[in-house]
Amino acid sequence: MINLVWLVPFLPLLGFLVNGLGRRFLSKSLVGFVGSSTVLAAFVVSLMIFFQVKAEGFTAQVVNLFDFISVGSLHIPFAFQVDQLSALFLLIITGVGTLIHIYSTSYMHDESNESFARYFAYLNLFVFSMLILVLGANYVMMFIGWEGVGLCSYLLIGFWFKNTSYNNAAKKAFIMNRIGDLGFLLGILFMIMQFGTVTFPEVFAKAAPLGMNSPVLGAIAMLLFIGAMGKSAQIPLYTWLPDAMAGPTPVSALIHAATMVTAGIYMIARSNVIYTLAPCIQSVVAIIGLATAVFAASIALKQNDIKKVLAYSTVSQLGYMFLALGVGAYGAAVFHVMTHAFFKALLFLGSGSVIHAMGGEQDIRKMGGLRKYMPATNWTFLIGCIAIAGIPGFSGFFSKDEILASAFGVNISYYVIGLIGALMTAFYMFRLYFITFTGQFRGTHEQEHHLHESPAAMTVPLIVLAILSVVGGYVGIPEALGGHNQLGEYLAPIFAPSAPFAAVHHLSHNTEWLLMGLSSVLVIVMIGLAWQKFKNYQDSGAGATGLAKVLENKWYIDELYDAVIVKPLYELSRFFRDTVEKAGIDRLVNGVGRGVKWGSQQLRLVQTGNVGFYIFAMVISMIVLIVIGFLL
Amino acid sequence: MPVQYYIFLSIALFCIGVMGVLMRRNAIIIFMCIELMLNAVNLLLVAFSKMWADAGKVDAGSAQLFVFFIMVVAAAEVAVGLAIITMVYRNTHSVDINILNRLKN
Amino acid sequence: MVLSLVALVSALGVVLSKNPVSSVLCLIVTFFAIAGHYIMLNAQFLAVVHIIVYAGAIMVLFLYVMMLMNLDADIEPQKRNWLKYAGAVSGGALLVVLVAALRDASVPALSESSVEIGLIHNLGKLLFTQYVVPFEISSILFLSAMVGAVVIGKKD
Repeated sequence: MINLVWLVPFLPLLGFLVNGLGRRFLSKSLVGFVGSSTVLAAFVVSLMIFFQVKAEGFTAQVVNLFDFISVGSLHIPFAFQVDQLSALFLLIITGVGTLIHIYSTSYMHDESNESFARYFAYLNLFVFSMLILVLGANYVMMFIGWEGVGLCSYLLIGFWFKNTSYNNAAKKAFIMNRIGDLGFLLGILFMIMQFGTVTFPEVFAKAAPLGMNSPVLGAIAMLLFIGAMGKSAQIPLYTWLPDAMAGPTPVSALIHAATMVTAGIYMIARSNVIYTLAPCIQSVVAIIGLATAVFAASIALKQNDIKKVLAYSTVSQLGYMFLALGVGAYGAAVFHVMTHAFFKALLFLGSGSVIHAMGGEQDIRKMGGLRKYMPATNWTFLIGCIAIAGIPGFSGFFSKDEILASAFGVNISYYVIGLIGALMTAFYMFRLYFITFTGQFRGTHEQEHHLHESPAAMTVPLIVLAILSVVGGYVGIPEALGGHNQLGEYLAPIFAPSAPFAAVHHLSHNTEWLLMGLSSVLVIVMIGLAWQKFKNYQDSGAGATGLAKVLENKWYIDELYDAVIVKPLYELSRFFRDTVEKAGIDRLVNGVGRGVKWGSQQLRLVQTGNVGFYIFAMVISMIVLIVIGFLL
Repeated sequence: MPVQYYIFLSIALFCIGVMGVLMRRNAIIIFMCIELMLNAVNLLLVAFSKMWADAGKVDAGSAQLFVFFIMVVAAAEVAVGLAIITMVYRNTHSVDINILNRLKN
Repeated sequence: MVLSLVALVSALGVVLSKNPVSSVLCLIVTFFAIAGHYIMLNAQFLAVVHIIVYAGAIMVLFLYVMMLMNLDADIEPQKRNWLKYAGAVSGGALLVVLVAALRDASVPALSESSVEIGLIHNLGKLLFTQYVVPFEISSILFLSAMVGAVVIGKKD
């Protein structure tokens, strides 16, 4: 079965080719069928692989397809690595991907035939690239997938390319990702320079003897982390993610919540050896993750666009994952990736369902009271909110608590700030829920008339994801609750190489109980606060003031970037255009042209056309040549 | 008799050919001077052939065959060249090479 | 020695004579002198071929063309004198430079003994074994030269 792993990325690729090439003549239902069924088939194969990997005594296997690059002593095979980590990611990607494909068949139904097929082609291409990313057996393969998902993200954000601001959002996402990718690429090149290989086991084997705090590993870790910052939307490269909501909602769910943005987490979890050996970079990761978590959560408190709230929430949750990586809790990070994929995809799809019902309206101030009209969406959305807020019994609780507990073990201030972020998360998620689903409807009559529950193709994925959001956490119940951390055990072989170097912080079960109790109580208090404040929300129309205004404007970060980076760049490029280009280079180039023209006009006179003169010149030159060659 | 002797003889013949090409304007005479130069080179080749044969080289005959091929080419060249000159003469009623500066335009 | 002198003098005659026909005759004398050198250098076959091809065929062709064009009279207009001198001077300079370049070449003297490489027997063997391909190619060259000459000479 392992040898058939190439089928997993191949099937979406096939779907991409069929949909992409046949977009002019395939009908919508056929396109939807091809798009969804290829991913579903990939999911089935992944499932079989997963069970094989899960079996006792499985060791990582590498499937070599062909030699990709072979230069000198550097060999980069085109190979897939199947182990616990990649198998888990395969499941998440193809599983959530399948649901979102099915959902999309209904959500995108109003598109024209051709753009419908284009949409599915992009989506399949994305799944393909993402699978290459997680399956690649070396950093170069990972980079190929990394770039591929970046491209698909760009294409899908700018899917409605007739709208300029959507195009700008797409470009912004692409450029910010490029900044990060450059870091990643430099990291890979540096790795090749230092180790002469990019294959995971070899790199780790060569990294281990360098010992703790070696500057080489620090540099590699930092460069890779820059790549992860770009892809996973961490400070300072996060602003593209909220803008990326310009794409269709299922895209936001798949790419900008469940899969692509977790690529950075995957990469760092994969490189756990390198990071464990570079503790100072690890604390950088933790601090940036923590800052992002709190910062994005504070912005989300005052956003009024349903998708923007979810976007900042995603940024914030990604911050938690980086916090987990930074404190060495790689298993917890992967756990949170998984649960987050479930509930965030659920929330995005739920919001998509709402937007669909509202006829494209995304402003929550114009919604309200939707509970009555769309029961299925309401219930699943509520489950998603509970899961992300971290109420005990739901998946978000287990994963987030594991992260916070690990943070507590390393540094208590990490824990306190992380807890504040978690409380804000609970608050803004329930603010979103209450404003949207309870109270009175605040939209136009026409919209009210139009309100309806979404079709089954949309609600079924919601329900499946809701179930997963509830039970997804039970694979990693902490021991303090008398459970058995199956996920941690399952992933242990991946993180085994770094284990000898990691500092171990064991918390007593009592402490864990205390922490969990504290966070649960506070979260419930926050939800109550949100309920009290927003259950009968009315848009007062008054402008926000003070801190609220700053939050509403996202801390003015976009403006800051504009002033600090974009404007000076514009000025610099204007300077280059006006001064260096026009006065310097143009004049030089034109001067060369003029000089040649003048010179050739003079030289033209030499060409008399007189054969005798030519021969004469020839003989003279011969004499000169002989003198130079033989006599000098 | 030293080989130097043949070298200098060849150089002398060659330079006479060059001078002829430079000094005369009659295309046919220039053509003959070119033949003269070719023969100067041929003479040198034969002289070297003899030199290597004395030194005991087996394939010194190659040089003579080389001369043979040069003659072949020269014969072909003369055939075409004279045809061209005839043509030029027919069109311009002159074999003065300065007429040919129409190459200019 | 005598042959060399004959060759040089008649070569100068080629260049300097006013009448093209006498130029041709001088050139023929030069060729005979060179053929004599060939014999002295044990290249008997080449000497014979040389006389047949050059003196027999090529020079006759020259004469024939000249007769055809009626060039026996000296119709050559006087070249500008300075150009003539310039030609002579540069030719002389070339001579001086070449001699200077090759003066120090140390090459052995040639023996008086005869070697047999120049015999038709040996050359033929070489020509039809080692050099058979160039030989065949030269036949194609001849063919194309022939076609070319005919095409160019055609009245159109």
